[in-house]
Amino acid sequence: MSPSIGSLPPKYRVTVDRDQCMLCGRCVENCAYGAFRIEGDRVLTNSRVCTACHRCVAYCPRDAIDVSERPLDYRSHPVWTRGVREAIYNQARTGKIVLSGMGNALDYPMIFDRLVLDACQVTNPSIDPLREPMELRTYLGKKPQRLELAKKGNNEVELLTELAPNLCLETPIMIGHMSYGAISLNAQLAMAKAVTEAGTFMGTGEGGLPEPLRPYQKHMIVQVASGRFGVDIDYLERGAAIEIKIGQGAKPGIGGHLPGEKVNAAVSKTRMIPLGSDAISPAPHHDIYSIEDLAQLVRSLKEATEWKKPVFVKIAAVHNVAAIAAGIARSSADAVVIDGFRGGTGAAPRVFRDHVGIPVEAAVAAVDAKLRNQGIRNEVSIIASGGIRESTDVAKIIALGADAVYIGTAALVALGCRVCGNCYRGLCPWGIATQRQDLVDRLDPEGGGTQVANLIHGWTLELMDLMGAAGINSIESLRGNRDRLRSYMIDQALMDVLDVKSVGA
Amino acid sequence: MDEIVIDAVGMHYTPLNKQIRAAVAAGVKRIRLDNVLGQRFIANGVRGDVAIEIHGVPGGDLGMFMSGPRLEVFGNAEHAPGNTMDAGEIVVHGSAGDAVGHSMRGGRIFVEGPIGYRGGIHMKQYEEKRPVLVIGEYARAFLGEYMAGGTVLVLARHGGPAVAERGLGSGIHGGEIVLRGGVDPQYLGVGAKEVPLSDDDWVRVLSLIREFARHFGIDPAPLEKREEYTRVVPASARPFANKYAWE
Repeated sequence: MSPSIGSLPPKYRVTVDRDQCMLCGRCVENCAYGAFRIEGDRVLTNSRVCTACHRCVAYCPRDAIDVSERPLDYRSHPVWTRGVREAIYNQARTGKIVLSGMGNALDYPMIFDRLVLDACQVTNPSIDPLREPMELRTYLGKKPQRLELAKKGNNEVELLTELAPNLCLETPIMIGHMSYGAISLNAQLAMAKAVTEAGTFMGTGEGGLPEPLRPYQKHMIVQVASGRFGVDIDYLERGAAIEIKIGQGAKPGIGGHLPGEKVNAAVSKTRMIPLGSDAISPAPHHDIYSIEDLAQLVRSLKEATEWKKPVFVKIAAVHNVAAIAAGIARSSADAVVIDGFRGGTGAAPRVFRDHVGIPVEAAVAAVDAKLRNQGIRNEVSIIASGGIRESTDVAKIIALGADAVYIGTAALVALGCRVCGNCYRGLCPWGIATQRQDLVDRLDPEGGGTQVANLIHGWTLELMDLMGAAGINSIESLRGNRDRLRSYMIDQALMDVLDVKSVGA
Repeated sequence: MDEIVIDAVGMHYTPLNKQIRAAVAAGVKRIRLDNVLGQRFIANGVRGDVAIEIHGVPGGDLGMFMSGPRLEVFGNAEHAPGNTMDAGEIVVHGSAGDAVGHSMRGGRIFVEGPIGYRGGIHMKQYEEKRPVLVIGEYARAFLGEYMAGGTVLVLARHGGPAVAERGLGSGIHGGEIVLRGGVDPQYLGVGAKEVPLSDDDWVRVLSLIREFARHFGIDPAPLEKREEYTRVVPASARPFANKYAWE
């Protein structure tokens, strides 16, 4: 507390209904932030430390706890918002860059919510996925421009074209890269079980591949980022595919920094760095200063793994994303991941999280259009990530040109995350964004895995229904099919970028 | 068969590497590559105990992700030899390009002549793995930036300064850069500081000097004057601490 600024109002108020409370102490036990204590015959609260993670609410057997937001309002003002004022108080005290968690917290209009999907009526009858096959299988990777075939005897043909390795997904929903270190082993294990069951894939993030995840390695995409942590030939060979991370939607253009105090024995082992040392990922890869250098790393990874694995390149969605993706498509990469500005993160400077980058909807539409115009759309698959919240977002982004999506926050929410945004503190009461063993133990990888698999399954069923309603029986017929979208209250300039007509048109 | 010769003339890097891998798998211990001219990725990701002599000029990312082999280049090396290398040795009888030993975790690189920009950038170490990069002449700007471990040694045998450009060791948070002939302090990067060598440091450096001399068949005696050397190390183990405050 600074003497001239004083203390700021607490963000939340925690109250306990004493008529309901039976003093079982579960709230005290569950709160990692110390918001509860029992004195005599009553539970007392300290609202100031509450993060609204709802762990107490979820585990109170009597529904006796209430958490409410902003009990003390600042004078309301459209310009000087609470966030703006509190960032100034923070910087007036510290003189530093303000770090924050989760994704973009500014109230930008959500393009997804201004796009509506189509359905059949009378003509072109809709399809019932219960009685008709519905094809969601998705292949990620290069597709040949043309096939060369040779006629063999007995009316058979032989394929002469050598096909590039592709990833085969049973549903176009994957889980994006969240590293061991940023999240717990149990969170990773739960998601690994889920993607294995669902026939899809997840990313390792730049934290290496912990040994307990190796049984699921056929469903893991290993990441190579600028710090090269945990990267050796063994790691590269274990992955189903390799992803070069250039940038991230939550913080485009800057690197990462795992502070030494989070580098415990296990994290040190998988990242292959000394115990307690800072893990600094520089902003650029220092062997990549051009598209030509990127092509060299893509080919180097392929050469090291004998051209058996697809190599993806992930970039943050930024202004010139389409031109950058066109360069990536010519680098021998097999897929480009476009991470929009709503992408989540364990920690990012607040100004970057909220102000740098563009929405994934516009970015994917622009990339798809550019690649088609240049006749190289078949050279790379497009994976969309950053702010995919439900199955309709998946359907819409595929209609805008994506091949598949990565989800991140949505998978964590399926594990119990309440989006409190305090991931960086390492005290996640849900056992997700923490390395503290007693907290990690709260997350059961089996049960959590079932929950995440359920989510993917539920979305997949919804996707099938949405497609069937639109008279589409294959995901390939939805891909880039902008005629199945209409915009509702979007301006003409953005409609042109999205290449989507207005409702009624 | 203990030794084979591959004529790389006009050959693409993929078939060349396939031949190398096949030979290593068959137990060949020595491979000589003749007429190498710009083939990238030679010995990328190759494991095991094999010595590969490279005659000519190999292309970029020589020995990237390599884990074990010994490469000896009779010629210059291009961009990023020893990139993200895990174990093994690269000896270059000539010069090398930018980002030599980028993100190297283990193994040793000896370059007889000068190297380009960003040498030893983000070198790191883990347990018994401590990478070493020894440069016979000089290095360009940004040597040893973001270093997290290992040793870079620049011998300045050309008679000029080891490093005379900016960004030396910016953001270094582990490891050391040892320079013969000292360094003008204006070239030290943010977070790097100069310290004298301790007795233990000198023992380590002396053994690297002698190893360098053996590789290139020179007399180490003129390089063995301890007072000529200086050591650049992290000013703090936390170069980016104090930059951020939590929301």
